[in-house]
This record gives sequence, C-alpha cells and structure tokens, in this order.
Amino acid sequence: MHSDPAGVRASLRKYVMIGAALLVFTVITVAANRLHLAVPFAITVALIIAVTKGSMVAAVFMHLSNEKKWIYGALLLTAIFFAVLMSVPFFTIMDSIGTPQPAIGVGEHPAGH
Amino acid sequence: MNIPYTVEERPDSGLANGKLGIWLFLASEVMLFGALFSTYIILRTGATEWPHGELSVPLGALNTVLLISSSVTMVMAWAMLKLHNWGRHRLYLLATFALAGIFLVNKYFEYSDHLARGEGPSHSTFLAIYFTLTGLHGLHIVGGMVVMAYLLGPGAKLWKQNPDQFTNRIEYTGLYWHFVDLVWIFLFPVLYLL
Amino acid sequence: MEQPTTPPSVVYEHAHHIDAHEELGWWRKYVFSTDHKVIGIQYAITGLLFLLFGFGLMMLMRWQLAYPGKPIPLIGPWLGQSRAPMGIMLPEFYNQLGAMHGTIMVFLGVVPLAVGGFGNFVMPLQIGAPDMAFPKINMMSYWVYYIGGVIMLASFFPTTGAAQSGWTSYTPLSVITATSGQTFWLVGMIFLITSSLLGSINFITTIVQLRAKGLSYMRLPFFVWAQFVTSFLLLLAFPPLEAAGILQLMDKVAGTSFFLPSGLVISGKPLAVAGQGNPLLWQHLFWFLAHPEVYVLILPAMGIVSEIIANNTRKPLWGYKALVYSVVFLGFMSFIVWAHHMFMTGMGTTMSAFFQTTTMIISIPSVVILTALLLSLWGASIRFTTPMLFALAFLPMFGIGGLTGLPLGLAPSDIHLHDTYYVIGHFHYVVAPGTIFALFAGIYHWFPKATGRKMNELLGKLHFWGSLVCINLVFMPMFIQGLAGMNRRMYDGGAQYAHNQGVLHWNVVQGYAAWGLGLFQIFFIINFFMSLKWGKAVDKNPWEATTLEWLAPSPPGHGNFLTEPIVYRAPYEYSVPGAAKDFSPQFEPEKA
Ligand code: HEM
Ligand SMILES: [Cu+2]
Repeated sequence: MHSDPAGVRASLRKYVMIGAALLVFTVITVAANRLHLAVPFAITVALIIAVTKGSMVAAVFMHLSNEKKWIYGALLLTAIFFAVLMSVPFFTIMDSIGTPQPAIGVGEHPAGH
Repeated sequence: MNIPYTVEERPDSGLANGKLGIWLFLASEVMLFGALFSTYIILRTGATEWPHGELSVPLGALNTVLLISSSVTMVMAWAMLKLHNWGRHRLYLLATFALAGIFLVNKYFEYSDHLARGEGPSHSTFLAIYFTLTGLHGLHIVGGMVVMAYLLGPGAKLWKQNPDQFTNRIEYTGLYWHFVDLVWIFLFPVLYLL
Repeated sequence: MEQPTTPPSVVYEHAHHIDAHEELGWWRKYVFSTDHKVIGIQYAITGLLFLLFGFGLMMLMRWQLAYPGKPIPLIGPWLGQSRAPMGIMLPEFYNQLGAMHGTIMVFLGVVPLAVGGFGNFVMPLQIGAPDMAFPKINMMSYWVYYIGGVIMLASFFPTTGAAQSGWTSYTPLSVITATSGQTFWLVGMIFLITSSLLGSINFITTIVQLRAKGLSYMRLPFFVWAQFVTSFLLLLAFPPLEAAGILQLMDKVAGTSFFLPSGLVISGKPLAVAGQGNPLLWQHLFWFLAHPEVYVLILPAMGIVSEIIANNTRKPLWGYKALVYSVVFLGFMSFIVWAHHMFMTGMGTTMSAFFQTTTMIISIPSVVILTALLLSLWGASIRFTTPMLFALAFLPMFGIGGLTGLPLGLAPSDIHLHDTYYVIGHFHYVVAPGTIFALFAGIYHWFPKATGRKMNELLGKLHFWGSLVCINLVFMPMFIQGLAGMNRRMYDGGAQYAHNQGVLHWNVVQGYAAWGLGLFQIFFIINFFMSLKWGKAVDKNPWEATTLEWLAPSPPGHGNFLTEPIVYRAPYEYSVPGAAKDFSPQFEPEKA
C-alpha cells in the first residue's frame, strides 16, 4: 500500500539497522544507570534515551515518518491531551492551600501560601 | 453486502478503514497508559522514599532485548508478505510469537520471585504501580499473542482468498505490536532504572 | 499486484440480490446482528429500559426524601431485611440508590441511547453509508455494554448490596466501604468503558471513510458533527477512567494503596494498608473523563434538536458554520476544565484561576450554539409537531442548566454552592429536561424511519405537556433548597438540620411531581407500542426533510439504500427561493 515491493526490499536493511540501534541504546541506558548519577540527571538521561528509542520505533516500524494527515491529526490531538493528563494533576496537587498533606513533597511547596 | 474501503484506500483520506481504526485504538491506549504514568509521577513525588534497585535490571534488560527483536521480526513478517515470500513470512511471525512467549516466561519468573519474598502489590506504592503497569502491559502481550496465533492458524487461509486484506491485517497487528514494544521502552527505565 | 477487490459502487448494483444471498436466521438477524440499524435499536431499547429502571430508583429516593422514615408503600415489603426492614429504608440502601441511579442514568441510559442508539441508527444513514465501517466490532460493543449492564444490575443481589459511594465513587470512601458493591461497580464500568471505546473507533472511522459521494465535511448534517466530536471525547477521555478503575480495583482486591493516604483510621482502628497513596488522584482521573462525559451527554442532544428545528421551521439552520466550529471548540475545551469540580479540595489560587478561566471560556461556544438555534426560529412558520415541541423545550431547559453552571464555575460562589441541591438542580436541568427531552424528540422524529409508522400526535402532546410541567416542579425547587444550604446525598433529605427547615416542604412537592412525571411516561409507553402496530403508515420522507436518511426506504433494508446516494447540496436547504417545493433534499440533483 504505502510502499511497493521495491520500496519494501530497500527498507529491509533499515529495519534491521534500527533494531540494532535500539539494542545499542538499551545497552547505553543500562550503562548510564551503572554510573549512579544524581537522580534528576539520571531521569533526564534515561528519558532522553527512551524518547529517542520510542521515536525510532514509531517513525520506522510504525511508518509514522510517512503517514496520512488524518493519522497525524488524531495523534496530535492525543499528544496534547496526553500532555495535559501528565502535567495538570501534578501541578494541581503541587499548588495546594491549607494544611499540606503529609504524603506530598512538602519541601516543594512554593512559599507564600 | 460489502463495506467500502475495507481493503482499498479511500482516495480523499488515503486510508483503508482498518488503518484508521487501529490508530484510533492506539490513541486511546496512549491515554490509558498516560493515566498510569501520571499516577506513577504523583505517587513518586508524594512518597517519602522511593526504592532503588528493587527490580532485577538484567531480567528487565533481557526483556527489552526480546521485545525489540520481536518488533524487528514483526515488521519483517509484514515486509515478506509485500514481497510475496510466504515461507519467510511464516517464519518471522512465528519468531515474533516465540519471542513474546519467552518475554512472558521471563516475567513469570520475576513475578514469582517477588511474591516469594513477600513483595506483593500491597507492599508499597512502588510495587503496586509496578505490578499494575507490567501486568497491564503483560495482558497486552497476551492479546497480541492471541491475534498472532489466529493469523498463524485459521486466519492464514485469508492469504489465498484476499492477499491484500491479509497483508493489511498483518500490518495492523504489527502497529499494535510495535506500540506494545514502545510502552515497554518507557516502562523499563521508569521502573527498573530510576 | 492487482487484486480482484469489489469496487464500492457494486454494492448497489447487486442490491436486490443481497437478501437472497444472506438469508439470516432469527438469531443472526435480531440478536447477534451486525446491521447498524438493528444494533442501534438494541441499544435504544436497552437504554430506555435502563432509564426506566433508574427512574424507579429515583422514585424510591424521592419517597424517602419526602417522608423520611415512613414505610415505602406497595413495594416496601418486597425490598427485604437488608434494604428496608418493615418497608422503612435503611441509610445504606439510600446510598446504594443514589450511587446506582447516577451510574445507570449516565452510563447505561443516556449515553447508550444518545450515542449507541441514535448514533448507530441515524449517523450511517445520514452520511449515505451501507453500514458502519466495522460491523462486527459494532455488535461486540453492544454486547460488551450489555454485560456491563448485567454486572451493574447483579450488584444489587448480594445482601450487602450495590455500590454506595456516589456515581463519582470518591476515594477513600469507596475503597474502605467493605461491601462487594463497589467491586461490581468497577468491573461493570470497565466493561462499559471498553464498549464505548470500541464504539467511538467505529464512529470516527465511519464518518471519515464512508461518506457518500459529494458529502464534504461542511455538508454534514449537524447531528453527524455532534456524534463525531462526541466520539473523540469518548475515545480520549474514557481511557484515563479505565486506568483509574483498574487502580481502584487493585485497591479493593489486591490491597494496594493507590488512593489511600497513610494514617487512615476507621472506627478507631488504623487501616492496615501500606498507605502513601493519593485520594485526590482519583478525583483528577475521574473528572478528566467525567467533564468531557457531560458533553457526551449534551452534544448528541444538540445534534438531534438541530435536525428537528431545521425540519420544522422549514428554514436553514441559522449559522451552520458557527455551530460546527463551536461544537469542535467545545469538544476541545472540555478536556481542560475538569478541576472546576474540585475547587473545594484545597487547590491553590493559580490552578483554580486557570480552571475558572477555562470554564468561563467553554460556556461561550455553548451560548453560541443555543443562540444559533434560537435565531433559527426567528420569522419561521413553525410546525408544532410532537418532536418539535420537545426540541423547543430543550432550548430554555438547557439554557437554565447552562446559566446555573456559571456560578458553579467560579470558585467564590462554588464554595457556597458545592455539594448542595443547587448542583443537583444545575446538572439535571441539562441532562433531564435537556438531553432526555431531546432524546424523546429524536424518538418521535425518527420512529417513522425505523418502523415505517408515525407515532400518535395526541398521546405525544399529552406526554410532552405533562412531562414539561412535572419535570420543572421536580428540579426548580432544588435551586431554592440549594441556595438555602441544603446538602445533597442526605438520606433524610436534610431534615436533621435547622437551616433546612424552611425548604423541607419542597421535598413533598417534588415527590408528587416525580410520581406525576412517572404517570405521564405511560402515555409514551402506550404510544410507542400502539404505533408499532397501528400507527399511521408513512412513506420514505414523511416530514419532508432534506437529509440522506430520508432517501432510504422506511424501514431501510440491510445495506440501507437502493441506489447509491449522491449529495448535491448543503444539509438544510429549506424554502430555497425559486424552488418548486419548500425543501430541496441533499440527494436531489440541481435541475438545469
Ligand atoms: C455550560 C456551562 C456549564 C458550566 C459552566 C458548568 C459548570 C459546572 C460546575 C462548576 C460543576 C461543579 C459544581 C460543584 O460540584 O460544586 C458542575 C457540575 C455538574 N455539571 Fe455542569 N456545567 C456546565 C454544563 C453542563 C452540562 C452541559 C452538563 C451535562 C450534560 C453538566 C453536567 C454536570 C454534572 C453531572 C455535574 C455534577 C457532578 C457531580 O458532582 O455529581 N454541566 N457543572
Ligand atoms: Cu464539569
């Protein structure tokens, strides 16, 4: 459909290369973890690697690098609401008034409440 | 009665029905796992301490390798259909199925090890979210295996009657499978490493 | 490689062979059918039955509120020791009724009827499709819904009864209530959510892929637009609640503490759980769905009302484009207002300012839609048919519901009004005389398409006027009670509080109005069955309407249209100057 037999044949190598690159990145993540970096830094590194790997899977294996506009549109909408879902509960809980709940990182409260 | 565009693409959208359908399904899956990741963040920021090194990194890394490899074999299984190489297609699909099976066996050992040490989901919020996320992901693996088993077994007959439709089915299964792989790519660092 | 696939137009060339080819047995035709019209009717009937059941639960509650502690007449003795010993309702049972009334009305009644019923039956016809894009998945979504419904009903049977923590199931209360009802509720919800997800994928794909030739997006009937946006809400807002349901289920059955904070003490005993969970997280995930859900309840209703208003004013809708842009914007915004349900949870001023702002913004497109529909009436010679009466009543009723929402969306006034009967009044005005009236309008309007017969006008008008009076008598006093400070979810109706004494007598009025409302529904039930058999037989297009569903036979056969429908014009070309008739259907070619 989105690729004729010749195009598919040309992609075979690409699929294997991407697979290999994903494995290399896996080794890097584990190795980086061995270094015992400070937590915020470790999170950043691990997430950057995961996002890179994820984009490779999506772009190449799932052929997202070359898709139709409806699929991009649906995914863009999903991405926006995904971002909202990830961040806003977090912010709402961080930005609270009254007696801070013991279960919440008390130190992180902005001063002045 | 025939539904239009089950196999061929609609000219204005450039899509067959199934292609749009599976992507919409994946969009809803993004929101499902998104809510669970959001839960993870909130539980973690709210915890007085968050365990490190509680899970076995070698086992987790091994499972990552298995799933990545299965993603490669899955896309190859689709490509082989495009090249009309039925034999290779069967081989790759079977390999995908087998890798998924090994993943689950591995997971079983991990789970039973935790439970044997009395570290069930009720032990801490970390283990609770660990079991929930990996359990749900595991169910997705099982679901994928069921579909693959069907396409290896009775579903394979479709290739003779309508090869394009069969190829599409493999493609949609592949999209799902890569998504399951993608989720694991995030689960591994988030649960095992950080 | 070329494959001998059937081009879409062949569907119609062979149309007359179809029935000969696929003579289906009774079970495949009426029970496990893949035909969108049969599935739509299955959804509609199941939804109506659940609405009736939920209505019954409400009548029990209204008795208890009007006459707290008095034995329930007639059915009281049958309720059993665990619910109403000597016919007197126990508080636990009152809580079950409240939780299950809300759940059943929203998730098992209105949504299945509005989306599963009307969406399934009407939408493919209006876009000129032979069926849904995935007929088998369509069947599956009905049956998954059915199982969810059975689970919800089954939860009443254990002696400890059904869920009793409200339709919102707030944690930690829902988790620490030691009965099995909540577990049933969670499992049932997971089924219902799965069903909605399957349905929404099907709807979106159908609308994008199966529109007839010439039916561009800006020629879609507004009802189709409403269903389209609704499907996106279901698709993207429901999964977080599914996740939350799974988490709460883990808390219930696996002993986790996702929603349980440390240090909970129940009846003097510390709760033996790990703790460190977050009860507010449930509220976030719940309302992340449930605010979009209220638009799932209202958008299909707006769609139905628009169709009926255009048809009975014999005029094009005023501002079709504005309607379309508003409904899309409304859908989008509905994802970022949810925490206006949570102003009282100790949210900081920054976040509450954010959610107040988005809430005020979202009311703009609602007002645009209402205004466009009102202006559509201007200067029209209106046909006051039964469906039109219901559609007309929708406008002020939804207006009251929407306007009373504004003070709730502003934290300073919400702090006073939250958790009072004012809130109950607000949302019931939107959902009951709003959405449910629109749904009745839709039934009267499309009944001839589904059955080939019209419903009786006289019975319809009795049903309408009776319902309109009674329903306002039930809900209008709630604003008075709420402003006086009467709390919701009180099993004695708030009789124990001094500040409620001045408004308690309304409970009795509301009781009578509720029984009256029930009685007037009998006209509908009689009309429905009578018209099935004896209603006036009608042709394809009895209302002289313009959209595609009126091109198909009444009732349409499997595959819907006899010839391939082609669209030539916008959806509401009524009273076109110079045209021979006062309606120019979408399917009629321009005369040279
Ligand atoms: C047009 C603008 C609207 C605004 C500004 C608005 C605002 C609000 C607010 C702020 C609340 C929370 C009140 C509280 O708990 O203190 C609320 C509750 C509610 N609204 Fe609305 N609303 C609007 C429209 C609707 C519509 C269209 C529907 C349904 C079709 C709806 C259904 C509900 C429901 C069911 C609740 C109560 C939930 C519960 O606590 O059980 N609202 N509304
Ligand atoms: Cu809301």
